[in-house]
Amino acid sequence: MSHAGSFASMILAPLAAATLAFIFPRLGRWLAFGTAGAVSIAFARLTRLLLDGGVQVHRVGGWGAPLGIDLRADGLAVFMLLITTAIGAAVMLYALRYFNARRSPAEGHQERYFWPLFLLLWSALNALLLSTDIFNLYVTLELLGFSAVLLIALDGRRAALTAALRYLFVSLSASLLYLLGVAIVYTRCATVDLTLLATRAQPGFPLTIAIALMTGGLLVKSALIPGHFWLPPAHANAPAPVSALLSALVVKGSFYIMLRLWFEAFPGLITPAAGNLLGGLGAAAVIWGALNALFQKRLKLLVAYSTVAQLGYLFLLFPLAAGHEGRFTAWSGGLVFLASHACAKAAMFLSAGNVVRARGGRDEIAHLEGMSSLQPISTFAFGLAGLSLIGLPPSGGFAGKWLLLRAGLAAGQGWWVAVILIGSLLAAAYVARVLVHGFTRAPVPGPARPNSPLMEWTALALAILAAGMGFLSVWLTDLLQVGAPAILIPPAGGAP
Amino acid sequence: MMYFDDRLYLIAGAALITIGLYALLAHRHFLRRILALNVMGSGVFMVLITYSARTAGSIPDPVPHAMVITGIVVSICATGLALVLAECVQALTGRTELSDERETSEHTGARPDTSDEQHQDQSP
Repeated sequence: MSHAGSFASMILAPLAAATLAFIFPRLGRWLAFGTAGAVSIAFARLTRLLLDGGVQVHRVGGWGAPLGIDLRADGLAVFMLLITTAIGAAVMLYALRYFNARRSPAEGHQERYFWPLFLLLWSALNALLLSTDIFNLYVTLELLGFSAVLLIALDGRRAALTAALRYLFVSLSASLLYLLGVAIVYTRCATVDLTLLATRAQPGFPLTIAIALMTGGLLVKSALIPGHFWLPPAHANAPAPVSALLSALVVKGSFYIMLRLWFEAFPGLITPAAGNLLGGLGAAAVIWGALNALFQKRLKLLVAYSTVAQLGYLFLLFPLAAGHEGRFTAWSGGLVFLASHACAKAAMFLSAGNVVRARGGRDEIAHLEGMSSLQPISTFAFGLAGLSLIGLPPSGGFAGKWLLLRAGLAAGQGWWVAVILIGSLLAAAYVARVLVHGFTRAPVPGPARPNSPLMEWTALALAILAAGMGFLSVWLTDLLQVGAPAILIPPAGGAP
Repeated sequence: MMYFDDRLYLIAGAALITIGLYALLAHRHFLRRILALNVMGSGVFMVLITYSARTAGSIPDPVPHAMVITGIVVSICATGLALVLAECVQALTGRTELSDERETSEHTGARPDTSDEQHQDQSP
């Protein structure tokens, strides 16, 4: 497969399969697994090219920026694609057994729409990760949002539909703010290409407004406090495989655009105060999200509020990666944390889905007794994923927090350390709360419906990946170094 | 004179965005919110078009036009999607506005098993 073929099949294979799956619903799962094969081959090829020859750029149609559209795979893009591919594959295996037409016709109906929408989401996400201009990022972000809205509504209950509609309103208004920012940027700089923007952007009032508008829109989409209110109902009411996709991947899409904007397009315009503001909101999210998780009555809502808290850590990257020292350490710490949260949270939603499903849809935490004996594998997966959220070694959560702590101390911003530690304690409390109920022996073992072993083992595989990601963190950091934004690397020779 | 026209369009665009944003926050009815989003979108498109006249003097810059066309396609899809979802929510709840947070969290307690019959034909 050629270099252009790899880029094309990452985006077009899922898109074509999604269209076919809408027309031929019975072929949905076969199309999805065929696509997974094609995308994996293209992804492996792209990674090979990146490791051998550095950053890969593909000019679509041979036009080239600024007139044409460029696709680019650098270390960060490949890193995010790796997470997407891993989680996507696990969710596909899980969904194979989760939707069961023989169990109820409603589930057959859900499955019919799950595969095409999943493929659409996958295509949008791959396109977003490979895009290099801020307008293309807008279009892919909208595609991602639309497929996410429909996946939330998949289950058709009133809570799910209400959450989906609310998410759609929030997401559309946030995108329009982002688009307004793009319009202002285009007039000032006459380009939307990320790399060209870095050379053309001049500090000034209009660009400050533009960056504020784009950042504001993206913050709401990434569910950072105070824009987090839509997330818990949306993520908690979706079917388990969808919740896993949303928490692990979709919210990270808008976060990824923020990284591109702040560190690649406008590194010269970002003030320390702005970074500290984002860090402060992130810190508030860590504490507020964890406290809310601690007092939830329903398992899936607890996991959803935990997402609000964990996303807060990611925003500590902004002040730390713009500090005096340890910029790249903070950058890689935030991203390793992102990867491990993606795996751990997907594992948690999938294992919670197993537990809830075996109980006929009931998910009150107070009634989880007997979980450890009825669903031992899922309970173990939940616990292992919890270890990564808390940040115990050798989990990816530990590696990420460790790098962030080191960067915080190197940059002389020790107060973030306190936030990380308090957040970890609160995470330990809410994970323990679920497990305490789960390990209580049931007085009378209820009539549990057994789950397919495939569902249990997929959740466990993701949890093991999260819990062991500490061992991969050196390799992941090396990957992130390929084509990393110049602002992160101190000039050679000079004291940073 | 040209300068004055530009300003007029820019101010009108900004006004549309503000009106749209205000209506989105102030109104709870689905249709009003969907309309508010459309008004807001038109404001953004207007700003883009104004700028395309400014940058290149007598010949307008085609790139913002291309962006506006793409934006209009996205906004039509969004409106269609929102209308279908709003209709589904209205059919299920009999209401034309989103219930507030507190009520929603009560609804989320509904057992999927007890409402299986309802959802078959309500999925999008």
